[in-house]
Amino acid sequence: MERITIDPITRLEGHGKIEIFLDKNGNVENAYLQIPELRGFEQFSIGRPAEEMPRITNRICGVCPEAHHMAATKALDALFDVEPSSAVKKLRELFYCSFYVTDHTVHFYALGGPDFVLGPDSDPAERNILGVIHKVGVDIGIQVIECRKRNHEVIKMLGGRGIHPVAGLPGGWSKSMTKDEQKIILEYAQQNVDFALFSLKLFDDVVLANQAYVDLIVSDAFTHETYYMGTVDEKNLINFYDGMIRVTGPDGKEFVQYPANDYTQHIAERVEPWSYLKFPYLKNIGWKGFVDGMDSGVYCATPLSRLNAADGMATPKAQEHFDRFYETLGSKKSDGRYLPVHHRLATHWARLIELLYAAERMQELAKDPEILDPNVRPIITNTPTEGVGSVEAPRGTLTHHYKTDENGILTDVNLIVGTTNNYAPIAMSIKKAAQGLIKNGKVTEGLLNTIEMAFRNYDPCMSCATHSLPGQMPLEIQIHDADGNLIDTLSQYID
Amino acid sequence: MGAKEKPKLAMYWASACGGCEISVLNIHENILTVDEVFDIVFFPCIADFKVKDLESYPDGYIDICLFNGAIRNSENEEMAHLLRKKSKILVAFGSCAYEGCIPALSNLTTKDATFDKVYLNNPSIDNPEGILPQVVTKVAEGELTLPAFYHTVKSLDQTIDVDYYLPGCPPEPHQIWAVLQVVVGALLEGNPLPPAGAILGAGTTAVCEECEREKGEKTIDRFYRPYQLDPDPNQCLLEQGIICMGIATRSGCGALCPSVGIGCRGCYGPPDGVIDQGAKMLSALASVIDAGDETMEDDELEQKIQAVIDTIPDPAGTFYRFSMAHSILRRVKNGKGDS
Amino acid sequence: MSEQFEPVIVGFLCNWCSYRAADLAGTARIKYAPNLRPIRVMCSGRVDPQFVLQALRSGADGVLIAGCHPGECHYVNGNIKALQRFLLLKKTLSQWGIEDERVQLLWASASEGIVLAERVNKMTEEIRALGPLRWHDKVLGDNGAIPIPVKEI
Repeated sequence: MERITIDPITRLEGHGKIEIFLDKNGNVENAYLQIPELRGFEQFSIGRPAEEMPRITNRICGVCPEAHHMAATKALDALFDVEPSSAVKKLRELFYCSFYVTDHTVHFYALGGPDFVLGPDSDPAERNILGVIHKVGVDIGIQVIECRKRNHEVIKMLGGRGIHPVAGLPGGWSKSMTKDEQKIILEYAQQNVDFALFSLKLFDDVVLANQAYVDLIVSDAFTHETYYMGTVDEKNLINFYDGMIRVTGPDGKEFVQYPANDYTQHIAERVEPWSYLKFPYLKNIGWKGFVDGMDSGVYCATPLSRLNAADGMATPKAQEHFDRFYETLGSKKSDGRYLPVHHRLATHWARLIELLYAAERMQELAKDPEILDPNVRPIITNTPTEGVGSVEAPRGTLTHHYKTDENGILTDVNLIVGTTNNYAPIAMSIKKAAQGLIKNGKVTEGLLNTIEMAFRNYDPCMSCATHSLPGQMPLEIQIHDADGNLIDTLSQYID
Repeated sequence: MGAKEKPKLAMYWASACGGCEISVLNIHENILTVDEVFDIVFFPCIADFKVKDLESYPDGYIDICLFNGAIRNSENEEMAHLLRKKSKILVAFGSCAYEGCIPALSNLTTKDATFDKVYLNNPSIDNPEGILPQVVTKVAEGELTLPAFYHTVKSLDQTIDVDYYLPGCPPEPHQIWAVLQVVVGALLEGNPLPPAGAILGAGTTAVCEECEREKGEKTIDRFYRPYQLDPDPNQCLLEQGIICMGIATRSGCGALCPSVGIGCRGCYGPPDGVIDQGAKMLSALASVIDAGDETMEDDELEQKIQAVIDTIPDPAGTFYRFSMAHSILRRVKNGKGDS
Repeated sequence: MSEQFEPVIVGFLCNWCSYRAADLAGTARIKYAPNLRPIRVMCSGRVDPQFVLQALRSGADGVLIAGCHPGECHYVNGNIKALQRFLLLKKTLSQWGIEDERVQLLWASASEGIVLAERVNKMTEEIRALGPLRWHDKVLGDNGAIPIPVKEI
């Protein structure tokens, strides 16, 4: 069977390769997304002091270390059974919102955006952030750069370093905010709001005004109906830092809401021999394969999912854009909430709405006088046992689960990471896009890049997803004939 | 290189996290100068060049390659060899490539234990058949391959010849920019390059030199975990009993972590003249323990010292947090299960 | 006849006490295990943990650090530093999987040739029972159970 290999996939974080198999007519028989990387954090963290985890798990991902830092810090809160003060929570959430602004900006302008600004089949040598700057002009380029610069400055101010922050502690944060810092952050938060609105306008002008792009977005090739996961506050509005994990169905109804602690009752992970990454699915629906629908346990956790899983945004401007998003994409309300948007490319738009929310929320928190509380580093005397911490990473719900001995040395670690949640839907998106786009053996570089667009909207972070390391040893080969029937199984070292 | 041809730049990630790429982007507006000066020819994070493009380049085509990430599997190693062939200057960029960094913590455990933890024994796994990822899998349509996992994480210089090192996890953006300027000066103006094997973008002394905390005499009778103490903001952390690796770590970062009340963990690697950062840290930390003196009975003295040492959790994982691949012993015993 | 495993033990002996003890064992014709390879250092406090690790890495099956009794150090408290480093090193070595008996500390004054000899005998038997360490070969060799072929490029 003829095969096309895309190696490596690009403009994402991490490693991956796509193998597309064509039948004798040149149409796509199957497509696989393989993830070839792993490191093994769950195992090598055992034996480490738990309080080191915010700094160790940072290195699961250098694009979203703040997410791991925060999930780890919250897991420590639970581990030591300490409730952080309201001031600590606000300080952490403010830091976290600033990170969201810079991370979503990087994705839109440097990772996913170039496909829209330059075109999916533009010259690959230009189809990147530098090409975007050449096309839209240095002034806009400088705005993007300035946005990242000011938010990394805030991250460094509050977290100690611009990348791989260090301030997270059980029940606290290693340093408080000063009045001078507050002044700067307020200014930056306003600039962030302006920049978010500017980015949404750019999306309008470059993407929504271009019929070819709109057709692509609403095309069947890039549409999947699955369950959607996000974290919501007590009003069922999106919150990145804390809340209940909520899953809604392809039919738009709430399926379940649960606290992070209960994650093992709801999520299970499968293994395929052709990838190092695992496939989470909803346990209570069950795994039915790489398929859409109410009966399939496949779920997704992205900005689109979060918007679909929530009843709205907690800040005013973001809420306006939320409404506009659903109305524009033809969604109606049912039982008081919008039916979900299933068009995966719309995730790019959803991401910019989240960017706006993060900026507005940052403003709200920075104005709060409690944020200047100098007492943010409590002394902990409780004996640690076990704890689960969860946040919304930009790329999906992120869960850290730790167990320690009485000295706080880790005895067990489990992680379900943002992008891992999305592995099954990403694989499905790639296959469907390939099947939709490759006909009769006609393949161009631009077409292959358009297939890559099927994963890019998920903003994958494969380093996050593949924190884990397998061993070697048992080998099983299943041999299928052309009809997919299992005709033989060879194995070694399998008991 | 013709008059109109720009020098070629590549950046690749092996077993990495992407932080080095973000740190390069954090040179902010200087990225526009990089764009003016260089042609990017391979940089999977932000550009669409594929491995087959890289393979098609002539040897030495790439003027400078920034290689980050540790060597964890056969794909990482193959890419290291390929990029070495295609590059004039190859920099071990960041702590992973330089000395193993966090991925090399895996050298304190074994493949067996890891496979067991990730694919068989964890609270969320659903794998009753005990399926494990395979180097080769036959599927209905053909064969799928994955890289083979190495037993031990290696640094880049344990795999190929390295021209320069840029330490840090990640290297600080201002240091990256300083080094890029040196390279640009060499490529465009013929300025001399640093001597081969040099460690760039960092100082030669210890982090203590950059740290603004007041340093007195170090006599420590117990160590505190970071959540057991709210340290004085002006005094040396180590003197207050908070473990800080600044004493055994190369300067260059600006002592960022101590400045927010968190002890250094050594991500810039050892200072000049030190081979094994963890052993040096161990030696230095042990030297400043003050638990008794020679007038005590031998047993009492040993007990008192041991009591202080009992307050140091996880020395191997702390002192070698970033430098495991470059350590003298490199990995834990019994990894293969046959010794 | 099968060959018995002869442990290689590297010894760091301080000039003023323990090295003289070893000398005394020699001049007094005390018979003891020939497995120690002595290296003279001015003080046990000179022993950098890197020396111990390098010895283990390079083929030693065990390392002995020997110095003056506390209170008798020629440099006042060099041996106290040695003791502190030794105790922290032991904790660290256990994390690397190196058995307790392989690295030992001994106080032996210049007149204690017998004490040194007896410790070398004891240590030799303890390590003989543990088996060879051969770190560079058994632990680092092959980078895995199966050699990994690297694709020709």
